[in-house]
Amino acid sequence: MSMEFLVASGIGLMSAVGIYLILRRYTFSVIIGMVFLSYAVNLFLFAMGRLKINEPPIISGASSYTDPLPQALVLTAIVISFAMTALIVVLALRGFLETGSDRVELEPAGSRKAEDMSAK
Amino acid sequence: MSTSLNFWLVAPIVIPSLAAPFLILALRHDLKSQRIFSALFAALLLAVAIGLYGLAQDGIVRPYLLGAWPAPFGIVLVLDRLSATMLLLTAVLGFAVVLYSMAGWDRRGRHFHPLFQFQLMGVNGAFLTGDLFNLFVFFEVMLISSYGLMLHGGGEKRLKGGFHYIAINLVGSTLFLFAVGVIYAVTGTLNMADLAQKASQIAPGDVALLRTGALLLLIVFALKAALAPLHWWLPTAYAAAPGPSAALFMIMTKIGAYAILRTYTLIFGADAGPVANIAAQWILPAGLATLVVGALGALASKTLLMMACFAIVWSMGSLFVALGLFNEAGIGAALYYLLHSTLTGAALFLLADMLARRRAGSGDQLAPGPRLERPSLFAGLFFVGAIAMTGMPPLSGFIGKLFILEAGRGSSASVWIWGIVLSTSLVVTLAFARAGSALFWKIDADAPLVEAKTPAPVILPVAVCAALLGATVLLSVMAGPVKRELDAIARQTLDPQIYVRAVLAPSAPLTSGR
Repeated sequence: MSMEFLVASGIGLMSAVGIYLILRRYTFSVIIGMVFLSYAVNLFLFAMGRLKINEPPIISGASSYTDPLPQALVLTAIVISFAMTALIVVLALRGFLETGSDRVELEPAGSRKAEDMSAK
Repeated sequence: MSTSLNFWLVAPIVIPSLAAPFLILALRHDLKSQRIFSALFAALLLAVAIGLYGLAQDGIVRPYLLGAWPAPFGIVLVLDRLSATMLLLTAVLGFAVVLYSMAGWDRRGRHFHPLFQFQLMGVNGAFLTGDLFNLFVFFEVMLISSYGLMLHGGGEKRLKGGFHYIAINLVGSTLFLFAVGVIYAVTGTLNMADLAQKASQIAPGDVALLRTGALLLLIVFALKAALAPLHWWLPTAYAAAPGPSAALFMIMTKIGAYAILRTYTLIFGADAGPVANIAAQWILPAGLATLVVGALGALASKTLLMMACFAIVWSMGSLFVALGLFNEAGIGAALYYLLHSTLTGAALFLLADMLARRRAGSGDQLAPGPRLERPSLFAGLFFVGAIAMTGMPPLSGFIGKLFILEAGRGSSASVWIWGIVLSTSLVVTLAFARAGSALFWKIDADAPLVEAKTPAPVILPVAVCAALLGATVLLSVMAGPVKRELDAIARQTLDPQIYVRAVLAPSAPLTSGR
């Protein structure tokens, strides 16, 4: 019981931290928030096969086993979220270098238009 | 005979997934051969899609079990009328976009063609897969290449808009995983056919969890489909994207609609017991709200691209109003509108891109600008596109809207459907009329004529844009036969047992097919 409580509250806490940070206005906080959220979902997926310790992940005639599928799913999810995080870090860095600002919001429309046309 | 052809189901995924690495590894320094091969692969995909469409015409649902693992355990691809139609639409759009990109966009950054092929792979995979987790994986393939395509060419606006786009989609992906996790926890499967069976036999204690999972999934798909109130990302992202990418992204909002149609008829459809028709009560009101937001946004837009983006949001609203009825007439009307909106929307984005390039200095702003070189040509294209998009007779937008109104007549919300669809059509027509007069009639004589650095090619992009509009016209002329096909799709989607039996008992596909 205590293990379930620990894992559940851990997932909840990480999601809360992630959501809070995603709503911040700087790209750095948003990215950290997304990392937290993806950790939370990875742990959540992992726990979906129910929490068991010292059980084989295959049906081998033993009376009890742990579900291997969530472990395969979580592996895929980790790889994808890792790649996405790398991409968005590069993008935020590039945006910071080009605009000199780490803020998430777009500048008011109109002033950008002329520059963009000349860039084209 | 029917199973011997089933391996072709994997071709729409394999062709682009081989094409992309080939383009990167063998041809990365040679744009000309990249273009030739990318167009060849797109044409090959189109041929395969036509073949698969023909294959699906007999109404049999064809599963393809990868590695011959039996259905709920292995990965399964499924071809039915709906997925075959979507594949064909993707292939047509992809072919048009790859031709358009050759007019210069693919030169403005690296790896346009490989990213484009990977995007096609993700889109095709999403349409073919019969498994929720694979749907997630193909969504990610499609999204990660769309990030590349959206940022293609670079620039400050694109980087900032791209960050929003990627961030919102990463949150969407996380929600998708949460939903998949909850659904797996209570049903023990992610195979769609297996889920369709398990959802009705769910233990009473788990109903609340399954409902949570189903509605979380609806949020994810509504986010992709730009259904209000989850549409705010679309105008910023699509207006910042390069023209051909934005045109290709037309199919991405439709994937959201496809996923909603598939999931909430097959898994959480009428047979799903405690979770039956769980999405229906949300989709219709959200679709009506999307109509209002899209129409007002189109009227308030200051640039043509922004207006096209909001017109897309508005057309997704029309689509979902029909889809939200979840009956044969509604789904048939929604599918007709889906075809129309994809082709017309793509043509509008390409046209906006061409205009922005030619109106040097004022771009696609809806303000008096310099005189265009060939005003009547572009005004003519805009006129046809605007008629189609706003739903004026005689083009497909009008016919699609008739189908939607007709489908909505028997509904209890018919007053709302008729009132909002018709009044927002008027608003969007106003927006397009104003845009047309600002772009083509009000010439600013004092505007400096800025010469473009490189002369813009005319024939190819205009031909592609005109071909897409021609497809819209064809859709209007052939509305009767097309609608009959689409009604057959609607009937097949509304009978999930055909799908379930075909996937879970593939030994007897011929008898269970009808």
